Amino acid sequence: MTTAVIDNTNDNPRARSPLVLGDTSLTRVTDLVCSVYERPATRGWYIAFGISASLTLLLFAMIGYLFARGIGVWGLNHPVGWAFDITNFVFWVGIGHAGTLISAILFLFRQKWRTSINRSAEAMTIFAVACAGIFPLIHIGRPWLAYWLFPYPNQMAMWPGFRSPLLWDVFAVSTYATVSLLFWYMGMVPDLATMRDRATTRPRQIAYGLLSLGWRGSNRHWLRFEKAYLLLAALATPLVLSVHSVVSFDFAVSVLPGWHTTIFPPYFVAGAIFSGFAMVLTLLIPVRQIFGLKDLITPKHLDNMTRIILATSLMVGYSYAIEFFIAWYSGNSFELFAFLNRSLGPYWWAYWIMVTCNVIVPQVFWFKFFRSNTTAIFITSLLVNVGMWFERFVIIVTSLHRDYLPSSWGMFKPTAVDLLTMLGSFGLFFTLFLLFIRFLPFVAMAEVKSVMPHVLHEAGPTALGDYWGDAPRDHRAPDKGAH
Amino acid sequence: MPTNNSETSRRFVFPKWSNLLRPALAVLMIGGPLYLTALAWYGGSPKTLDIGYAPVQPVPYSHALHAGKLGLDCRYCHSSVESAAFAAVPPTQTCMNCHAKVRANSEKLALVRESYATGMPIPWVKVHDLPDYVYFNHSAHVRRGVGCVECHGRVDRMEVVSQVETLSMAWCLDCHRNPTPRLRPPEFVTQMDWTPGEDPAALGQRLRQERNINPSTDCYTCHR
Repeated sequence: MTTAVIDNTNDNPRARSPLVLGDTSLTRVTDLVCSVYERPATRGWYIAFGISASLTLLLFAMIGYLFARGIGVWGLNHPVGWAFDITNFVFWVGIGHAGTLISAILFLFRQKWRTSINRSAEAMTIFAVACAGIFPLIHIGRPWLAYWLFPYPNQMAMWPGFRSPLLWDVFAVSTYATVSLLFWYMGMVPDLATMRDRATTRPRQIAYGLLSLGWRGSNRHWLRFEKAYLLLAALATPLVLSVHSVVSFDFAVSVLPGWHTTIFPPYFVAGAIFSGFAMVLTLLIPVRQIFGLKDLITPKHLDNMTRIILATSLMVGYSYAIEFFIAWYSGNSFELFAFLNRSLGPYWWAYWIMVTCNVIVPQVFWFKFFRSNTTAIFITSLLVNVGMWFERFVIIVTSLHRDYLPSSWGMFKPTAVDLLTMLGSFGLFFTLFLLFIRFLPFVAMAEVKSVMPHVLHEAGPTALGDYWGDAPRDHRAPDKGAH
Repeated sequence: MPTNNSETSRRFVFPKWSNLLRPALAVLMIGGPLYLTALAWYGGSPKTLDIGYAPVQPVPYSHALHAGKLGLDCRYCHSSVESAAFAAVPPTQTCMNCHAKVRANSEKLALVRESYATGMPIPWVKVHDLPDYVYFNHSAHVRRGVGCVECHGRVDRMEVVSQVETLSMAWCLDCHRNPTPRLRPPEFVTQMDWTPGEDPAALGQRLRQERNINPSTDCYTCHR
């Protein structure tokens, strides 16, 4: 293995392309990852944190204003009863899906490249779900009664509507948040122990000491850890499909033209993974640049992610097309009107922003030039984020604003509170992510080491096949690397 | 900084006593939620919060004396109970029907006389106070044969009226779902010590059939 490999995106049949570039000693991986939080925070970090923390404060100010004045401060009204609130909810829940897909499904399918990005993608999932969870809670008229969503014994002898997808949503999203958090934290324990061992100040030693739960890296620890990780991955896998399917039921189970379609669950899941990978790229490209992680998050990782974006973009584009086909083929005039109105009606611009960003722009990833151009990937990922936000806006608002009776037609205009609340949710998301960069291991060090060449060839505890389930190897690599 | 031996020796090791925190943490993690659940369950229950509410009234009126010992019918004072949603609290004039002559100079009745003279009503404190979003109708219940005692308890034995039932929604629904044990012939509704002369279940069933009593449990029955 030469250390001069720079482009690892080629599929060379004679040798596997390395997943870590440059000097491939194990110590270097630890040093690289730990340098992200060990170096003093830069001015750039403080500026970014200042902006996002201010936006977070703005979010809470807007929520406080909402609670004081009521839902009327938002632009939604009859007939558009759902607008920015649910758009933002679905958008953020969708973002989270890439993390679960990378951590669970790619793990079970032995996609070794996931190790460099899974930790940050899982963190993104948690933070996105935190942002998502806010919106359903604040959009109910009396948020202090939000606990009524849960079935608990009460003096009213009342239960929530078990036949309502809104209740399924409560369970789907809370399960998702719980499992994602457990998976993220449990996978982090060995790395937290590394941080504990490298910590030089007492508060850090105590904090990471508590968080690493007494991890000493013994064989028994690893045995338990790997088993638990596999089980959690298996538990989390159905969630990738179930959560956004249930979110789509919020719409599909109703009888509204534009919502009442059977394609919604797979269409929403594909869109969620699409938007999630776009957000992963939006976050990782600057981070790998700024913190010098290019040897860990290599061009191959970016290349793989752009391929997933291309594939899911085609699925989403197919769904858009098939919706129109069914609207025509069903012969239902209301259905046909809903879709013609969606693309040519008063919100035509939103529809075409969505199509451009989600279907047309990602087609550039057919070409290697764009797949290997970091700037192009970054811009495309931003556009996909925009497009996916507009997708939810289009589905929700354009389906609602033309009721069956023209006397019940209306338009939705966002108020300043609507816009600032959405902006604030981005502030919360980036605040959490910036804190994550400074205080937790950004890359799963232990897992990256397990996919490096000399570890894969090493005998010993892994001789009967490594943690990824590979067949045992006969020869030993001459250099075992320094632990 | 790589972890060499000198670095390792300076690693922070949690002191021995911190092992004691682990069982403490376990107790806290199991006991804390249990305690909070019990607290909310018991402390937030209408049984705890509402039963036994007995506010001090501006005039020390005794139901035990008037309704119990003297045997006044409930409807003598609460006259609208059979025909209106609200069981009227009597005007001072009703008190003065008797108290113009009986104990006309009693110290305890000073406020009643003052109210009678000025025309300002006595500020009675409501005991059985439902939330504003609940529309309870006394006449609908009384005329179908739900006795006063079923909700208000033995008022004829109360020196100071207190709440004996929870008046919670679940409590309302219990009866709306199964009214038979609470039914009696309507002529006995105000009789506090009435007992059915026969099997109460059979009587309730018969009364229900005869009078076609099918209480609704729709939301809009009570919440409009």
